[in-house]
Amino acid sequence: MWRSRLGAVRTGRTRIRTIVASVAAITLAATLGACGSASGSSEPTITLYNAQHKELGREWVDGFTKETGIKVEVRDGKDFELANQILAEGDASPADVFLTENSPAMSLLSSKGVLAPLDAATIAQVPARYRSGAEDWVGIAARSTVLVYNPSLLPADQLPNSIMELSQPQWKDRIGIAAGGADFQAIVSAVYAVNGDAAAGEWLAGLKQNARVYQGNIPIMNAVNAGEIPAGVIYHYYWYRDRAESGQDSKNTELKYFGDKDAGAFVSVSGGGVLRSAKHPAEAQRFIAYLTSKSGQQVLAESYALEYPVGSDVPANKALKPLSELDPPAIDPNTLNGSKVISEMQRVGLL
Amino acid sequence: MSTGVAAAIRPRVGSRRAYPPVRLAAAVVVAALTLIPLGYVLVFVIAEGPAQAAELLLRPRVGELLRNTSALVAAGCAASAVVGTGAAWLVERTSLPGRPVWTALMAAPLAVPAFVNSYGWVSVTAAVEGFAGAVLITTLSYYPLVYLPVTAVLRGMDPAFEELSRTLGNGPWRTFFRVVLPQLRPALLGGVLLVGLHLLAEFGALQALRFPTFTTAIYDQFESTFNGAAATMLAGVLVLGCLLLLVGELRLAGRARVSRVGGGAARTAVPHRLGALTPFALLAMAALAGLALGVPLVILGRWLVVGSSTAFPIGQITEITLTSIGFGLAGAALTCVLAVPGAWLSVRHRGWVSRVLERSTYIAGSLPGIVVALAFVTLAVGYLPVVYQTSILLVAAYAVLFMPRAMVSLRAALAQVPPELDDSARALGARPSGVLWRVTLPLVLRGLGTGAALVFLAVVTELTATLLLAPTGTATLATEFWSNSSSLAYGAAAPYALMMIVISAPAAWLLTRESRREMGRA
Repeated sequence: MWRSRLGAVRTGRTRIRTIVASVAAITLAATLGACGSASGSSEPTITLYNAQHKELGREWVDGFTKETGIKVEVRDGKDFELANQILAEGDASPADVFLTENSPAMSLLSSKGVLAPLDAATIAQVPARYRSGAEDWVGIAARSTVLVYNPSLLPADQLPNSIMELSQPQWKDRIGIAAGGADFQAIVSAVYAVNGDAAAGEWLAGLKQNARVYQGNIPIMNAVNAGEIPAGVIYHYYWYRDRAESGQDSKNTELKYFGDKDAGAFVSVSGGGVLRSAKHPAEAQRFIAYLTSKSGQQVLAESYALEYPVGSDVPANKALKPLSELDPPAIDPNTLNGSKVISEMQRVGLL
Repeated sequence: MSTGVAAAIRPRVGSRRAYPPVRLAAAVVVAALTLIPLGYVLVFVIAEGPAQAAELLLRPRVGELLRNTSALVAAGCAASAVVGTGAAWLVERTSLPGRPVWTALMAAPLAVPAFVNSYGWVSVTAAVEGFAGAVLITTLSYYPLVYLPVTAVLRGMDPAFEELSRTLGNGPWRTFFRVVLPQLRPALLGGVLLVGLHLLAEFGALQALRFPTFTTAIYDQFESTFNGAAATMLAGVLVLGCLLLLVGELRLAGRARVSRVGGGAARTAVPHRLGALTPFALLAMAALAGLALGVPLVILGRWLVVGSSTAFPIGQITEITLTSIGFGLAGAALTCVLAVPGAWLSVRHRGWVSRVLERSTYIAGSLPGIVVALAFVTLAVGYLPVVYQTSILLVAAYAVLFMPRAMVSLRAALAQVPPELDDSARALGARPSGVLWRVTLPLVLRGLGTGAALVFLAVVTELTATLLLAPTGTATLATEFWSNSSSLAYGAAAPYALMMIVISAPAAWLLTRESRREMGRA
């Protein structure tokens, strides 16, 4: 028995060494592999906090690197997650540039004074209605609110005329929303901006009663398509993307544009800005200049994204309903109050 | 034999010796590290004050989450207990044909992460959304946590008790409930506790099934506020839930004695004859294996073949797989190293100090990943910017989360090593550190390996802490699967799920082999 134990001790020691060595080697290899991609260029690498769709963000980054040689490291997240993260990080924030899907997170940063003024040439590339009055962020894309509905469950003559009707009792369990997402939160902020706090608060409480909450716009569209729910509030491009591919998840659905300056016709502006604390301010400014330039907006227009370009007069994809026909409410995108919307949604229990 | 005599002479091994200072200090540091998340939540809730806390907690949403979470934990635990025990009993104690096959199949769902399972189901039918679906799918994913310990006890149980009960006139059911079940109680409760903790921490599966609980709500809050007050307050409630489960299990387990003196005669129980019930039992087992394992695997295969977004970016898949393996190995290595001092003290220096140090790591390990991540991200951004957004912080979070897995395996292995070997080595002139490195560690290598495999498995499928703490530009198989599948790009997500299962398989195989060896010894 003792002999076997001592034998175990001896073989055990060599085994420990082998195991330790191989673990160290593999860990080192994996770490080097992860770091290797970042080095090897004379241009600095800028850090992008990206709340835009991952794929679109990558297409822009690739186009920018190709044009300028500047590399971009990307941290993906959601609008308010990354905005609040930047605020929590303060001056030490690793972020140079921030892109959002919607403007409220941008205006939050603007109000806290952490965004740097943008180059005049960049600002000139974007019309005033799609940028911050404080000139510290610009629109990089726009998207329209729509009601996606299943005509077999919701005939056209029963469609609501305003997004405000969705809080009425007849919509109980018949409407899908993605309450946790920045998209829907931006739409709520538009309702507050257009209809005032009292009416909007009441609407939100009604929606809490009526709505089925989904994880995102695509699950809503799928549920409407599958007939699980008659209608849902989403942005236009999810539907057009699916139609452009196979139409498999949208074939039983149609879109209703509210128009008529209704809060439900809200056109949300995706924003881009440079942090005051940026380690590479010049390169960061170039990134935003690129996004809003002809070539940057062309990337957007030609991509699968199907969002509306807003800069350098680049036309949208012809399949889309033209931006000029949407008749959205006139809202200064920098006045939308995201923090208030979040606390209001917490109050009624949607968050 | 010699160990038995020695144990009889020195019943309280080493208890009166002084604690070795270096190991004690190391164990204290590790315990402190693992208590950071709990401390963070407590300090935050106290600092917010009662008024703010009331505003954030006394709102309809919290009531809704509380109802959902407690209903899910209650139903999921009950269902897992019934399914796990039933399957274990059928496999171990009846004439069910094909026992080796069932033994392998019943534990296999552990290799399929719950969030992969639920996405498989959701992609086929929306009927699984909501409470009933959440109970069904979490049960299918987590019943092995009950099945495995119950199987082990059933195998080691002396059949004499049952036979005695039958000779005293008790029927088979009465015998099961009055004789078998009480002996299963500690293992069953331990398994159910694990299921409960997993349910409290589950994020991906429940998000996919549209069933909000505290954990999914905290994540939603994180996405809307980063480290907002509401998120941390919800985390406080969740922590309370975990602690309640821990205490509840301790009280239910009670002090009833289930062990006995002497090993008894080594004898296999005569299996209960199922007779005419055999087809039904086979059908039930096949249904369980089919639902828990067949459905997700078939759907995964279908995504890979026909998914409209299916793509195999080989370079990216390879890089992300290597990242996951790297984190898995680093997490396993760090966790095992950190577990050594606490485990060693708790075996070799029994006393309240070592017990507190050991147990404190269990509390941290019972907290959901989202709570640990929230604490780490907030503390790092405020006080430790050097490690903020680095792999170091993420691996440290893994170590805190999965310490109990390493601790339990290591403790069990250490308890088997006779302390006389240490003494002999010392007498022969080895230094204490030399004894640990050259004598003790080689002897516990197998236990260390089991612990490392358990941690590796957990790290590879970890989602929430990784989402919050991963360095900029770093993706793991779990996060990449999650980001694709949550935008319903199932085909694009499928290769990452497949790789997760592939790299988990060796560790899972190692564990099954180890547990079979354990049973063979018993």
